Amino acid sequence: MPEHAHAAAPRHDETSYVAIWGVLCVLLGVSVLGPMAGIRFLTLITAFGIAIVKAYMVCRYFMHLNIEKKWVAYILGFMLALMLVFFGGVAPDVLRHEGLRWQKTYVEPATLGGAATSGGER
Amino acid sequence: MTSRPIATTRSVMEVPTGRLAMWWVLASETVLFGGLLGSYVMMRLRHDAWADQAANTNTWAGAFNTLVLLTSSLSAVLAHQAAERGDGPKAARLLRYTILGGGVFLTVKAFEWTHEITEGFTVTSGLFWSFYYTAAGLHGAHVAAGMVIMFIVSLTAARNEELHRVENIGIYWHFVDVVWIFLFPLLYIAK
Repeated sequence: MPEHAHAAAPRHDETSYVAIWGVLCVLLGVSVLGPMAGIRFLTLITAFGIAIVKAYMVCRYFMHLNIEKKWVAYILGFMLALMLVFFGGVAPDVLRHEGLRWQKTYVEPATLGGAATSGGER
Repeated sequence: MTSRPIATTRSVMEVPTGRLAMWWVLASETVLFGGLLGSYVMMRLRHDAWADQAANTNTWAGAFNTLVLLTSSLSAVLAHQAAERGDGPKAARLLRYTILGGGVFLTVKAFEWTHEITEGFTVTSGLFWSFYYTAAGLHGAHVAAGMVIMFIVSLTAARNEELHRVENIGIYWHFVDVVWIFLFPLLYIAK
């Protein structure tokens, strides 16, 4: 067995990789067409829900995380958990407009043209 | 006297050292891109005006680039498969298809950016555009770096040498693909 191969790993053949790619392309089509309906809930499901499914498929079948040592997935999962800790720790302040001795003064510039100026936060 | 990299001669915890190093690289990249995307989501939730800003990005260009990256991932995994079968020349050829995909991706991105900058949307045009250029630029830099490394790997693979590198660079490329899978809806669809 080549030194780079996964031990006793069940391999996919060429056809199944192409089939997985086909499914990814169909999901891409759905994620583009779904939000065109203009329904917020449908947009969340089709755009972001499907993005998670696509990422899972790429990780599982193309990166072979399904047959890699389990602790590799645990390391990556731990990094994602750190990101959630960061989000959970910072978001409560970011999502507020004012606090004890500060107030958000930032105003998003006008959308037309790029010469807009941005404000600041204190 | 010839010497071989330790990545090809040692296996730690039953994972070849080269691949183990790649997983650690990706673990750090997960935090890098995760922090960036997490910050984007945080800010996006408080700025409904960003939906108007995002309306200026070209969804079809983003979708086409997603298709290009998914297809390049397919050729990367097929290159890995060819390498496992000991067919270095085929692996090298498939890696070059992947490089071509990266080139198409960056070309489309260049046209997009040119159009947007011409329209006046620059990195200083607001928080949305700052995030847009930072995230897409950082991702584009990873695509460019992957293309260069993949080209070097394809040179040795064509001679049936160091075929384990084909898998390692493939794993990196798939990760870059995964990052774009999340960037696409955030920057192009959430309008």
